[in-house]
Amino acid sequence: MKVKVYVTLKNGILDPQGKAVHHSLESIGFADVKEVRQGKLFELTFKDGISKKIAGQKAAKIAETILANTVMENFKVVVE
Amino acid sequence: MRFGVIVFPGSNCDHDCYHVAKHVMGQDTEYIWHKETEAGLSRYDCIIVPGGFSYGDYLRPGAIARFSPVMRSIIEYANSGGYVIGICNGFQTLTEAGLLPGALMRNRDLMFICKDVYLKVENSFTPFTSEYTVGEVIRIPIAHHDGNYFADDETLKNLEENKQILFRYASHTGDVSDEFNPNGSAMNIAGICNEAGNVAGMMPHPERCSEKALGNIDGKSVFNSIIKKFK
Repeated sequence: MKVKVYVTLKNGILDPQGKAVHHSLESIGFADVKEVRQGKLFELTFKDGISKKIAGQKAAKIAETILANTVMENFKVVVE
Repeated sequence: MRFGVIVFPGSNCDHDCYHVAKHVMGQDTEYIWHKETEAGLSRYDCIIVPGGFSYGDYLRPGAIARFSPVMRSIIEYANSGGYVIGICNGFQTLTEAGLLPGALMRNRDLMFICKDVYLKVENSFTPFTSEYTVGEVIRIPIAHHDGNYFADDETLKNLEENKQILFRYASHTGDVSDEFNPNGSAMNIAGICNEAGNVAGMMPHPERCSEKALGNIDGKSVFNSIIKKFK
């Protein structure tokens, strides 16, 4: 039972790493990208016997507690 | 008085803090390993959460230290009015623990910055800054990759109104402008305290400039201020 948690900076917060990646895209010839924001992907593999719904809820709790710093980051839970 | 210096796996400024508190300031000082929870922290007058790379800065600086066993004791201690000061990684850990508002992000220019900076003292009426004067400009080293202080607009407004900003990055003449902001911190914030005034955090390292032999004692007043509180 795998659950993916995406953690990204909140909109409007300066993302210098994303900007650095964006600049390098331009210099290697990819001119069509307007903006790049960099985030994190956590893959949580739950033990057997947990339902998708519960896994999703637990993943959200995990994300809120430690994976994301909710002062500056958002998270999205995707249950496979 | 008695200082307690927290040690997480990866802390590396604990020795400097211990040295200043014990050998320079002559105060009773002890290391507190992050797993020690039995004795509690009531025997200490002030807890120092030192700089370094606790847990390798994995996930986010201070994010894992925040859940170390000793943090529960620190939170209880702070909530009952105990004095806590977090320096650099210590500041990051205290924000992750919610003992101080806001968060410390990756430096604006993406590089690790290691240099002396000038700070303007904004509030000299706290237990951590009483030996400074408001408007005084001091020179203190920074050494960090994630010192970019962030908080939402409302929090920043409250910090200013409640006089919770202790230090701001500035020029040597006290000009607090973008040009003198090394890491992109909101409002050039280098150090803050909580609303109650018993918990402080600062990115610069006062423990690295508290001894004449090292050529700069601008940081010594942080320790003098705390000690004065317990005289």
